[in-house]
Amino acid sequence: MSEQLTADVTIDARGAGCPGPLMDLIGKVKTADSGTVLKLQTSDRGSVTDVPEWVEKAGHELVETVEHDDYWSIYVQKA
Amino acid sequence: MTRIVIVGGGTGGTVLANRLVENLDHEVEAGEVEVTLVNDSPDHVYKPTFLYVPFGKKTTDDAVRPLADLVDRRVDLEINRVVDIDTDAKAVELQDGRDTLSYDHLVLATGAKLVPDEIPGLVEGGHHFYGAEGAEQLRDALADFDGGHLVLTVVGVPHMCPAAPVEFTLMADEWFRQRGIRDEVEITYTYPIMRLHGLESVSNWMEPRFEARDIHTETFFNAEAVDPEAGVISSMEGEELDYDLLVAIPPHAGDDLIADSGLGEDGWVAVDRHTLEADHAEDVYAMGDAADVPTSKAGSVAHYEADVVADRIASEVRGQLPTATFDGKTVCFIEAGMDEATFVEFDYEHSPDPRDESRPVHWAKLAYNESYWLTARGLL
Repeated sequence: MSEQLTADVTIDARGAGCPGPLMDLIGKVKTADSGTVLKLQTSDRGSVTDVPEWVEKAGHELVETVEHDDYWSIYVQKA
Repeated sequence: MTRIVIVGGGTGGTVLANRLVENLDHEVEAGEVEVTLVNDSPDHVYKPTFLYVPFGKKTTDDAVRPLADLVDRRVDLEINRVVDIDTDAKAVELQDGRDTLSYDHLVLATGAKLVPDEIPGLVEGGHHFYGAEGAEQLRDALADFDGGHLVLTVVGVPHMCPAAPVEFTLMADEWFRQRGIRDEVEITYTYPIMRLHGLESVSNWMEPRFEARDIHTETFFNAEAVDPEAGVISSMEGEELDYDLLVAIPPHAGDDLIADSGLGEDGWVAVDRHTLEADHAEDVYAMGDAADVPTSKAGSVAHYEADVVADRIASEVRGQLPTATFDGKTVCFIEAGMDEATFVEFDYEHSPDPRDESRPVHWAKLAYNESYWLTARGLL
């Protein structure tokens, strides 16, 4: 299923520690149009919990989190 | 002749220029090496001073000294603005239309700038203490403030001196107590992520202290707009806060030169975090706030990075393989009120462990601020 996911915007935050990936995502969501799907690539384990928490609070949709060998892809759709 | 051009005369650029002419003393004296420091102002500004201005503890003049007084006479000081960087031709263009400056080694220490315009209404409705003018206006606003809701909002990260919003909030709390009006003041601190600070241990240090001092907190608060007339700040997350006095850590950005020259998409120079060499050009380093490294945008970082870059360039000039690397070392004092402070020390591999605040550390911070001018000269 994960191979079918497509994103309008990809944010490569691999290598950055908390809160870098989350702030990178927030910055991109801020300027994206409603409905945009953003893919956050992160190697920071904390992002896997922090990002969904923010997405829920901000009212966006967590589409899916895909685990790779050494990073995660977190798909978020802007409300 | 080897030409070394440093763009930016803040902490990093100034320390680097002084260290380079010291490290390459013989080569400079022999006319084999030329070190040029380009800055768009004749003044050097020590920004940490501004934290104390709103509380009447320092003046903005305390933050400024002529760059010429701080830079070794062997450095060629060029007061001008670089308007273009050509990393293929290895030259920078100056604003006044003079010939371009060619370089063999280029160091970008162009710092960070404030971009409050990114948040509608923030310029009109908010104060800050990240520049001379803003700090003076906030001093006047605080002097007039006799009660109401003070909101300190960290609009975005990265920003300069991640300790400063913590310090300002705790200092304001105590300042109001000393003035006998704390009961009339409500204080709220907002932060963009799920805790009170980017560094988890600092957030853990803050939590009990903010609670004990009745400082309210809002996390996951990413300011979206300010309504100056209504006195309301709203967030991307749908929250609204009424305020009587709004103090913001404004959004920051790197110099336009960086994105324009293809050295970093987001305005910060993409570098190797250890060597500080630019990813997208040869013989270009970046340091200080301008460099995109995973640690704080702080003077101590610029200072330690300057040592590394000076060593690396000196090695390259001598035809040696450079071996000095930056380990992310960062040291920050954190004021916990008007007369106590703590400090944090950390690097890429080690998290900080802030201790309980104390008076000696507060005095150490003030003493360091006075001796900073020796750091800028490359002596401390």
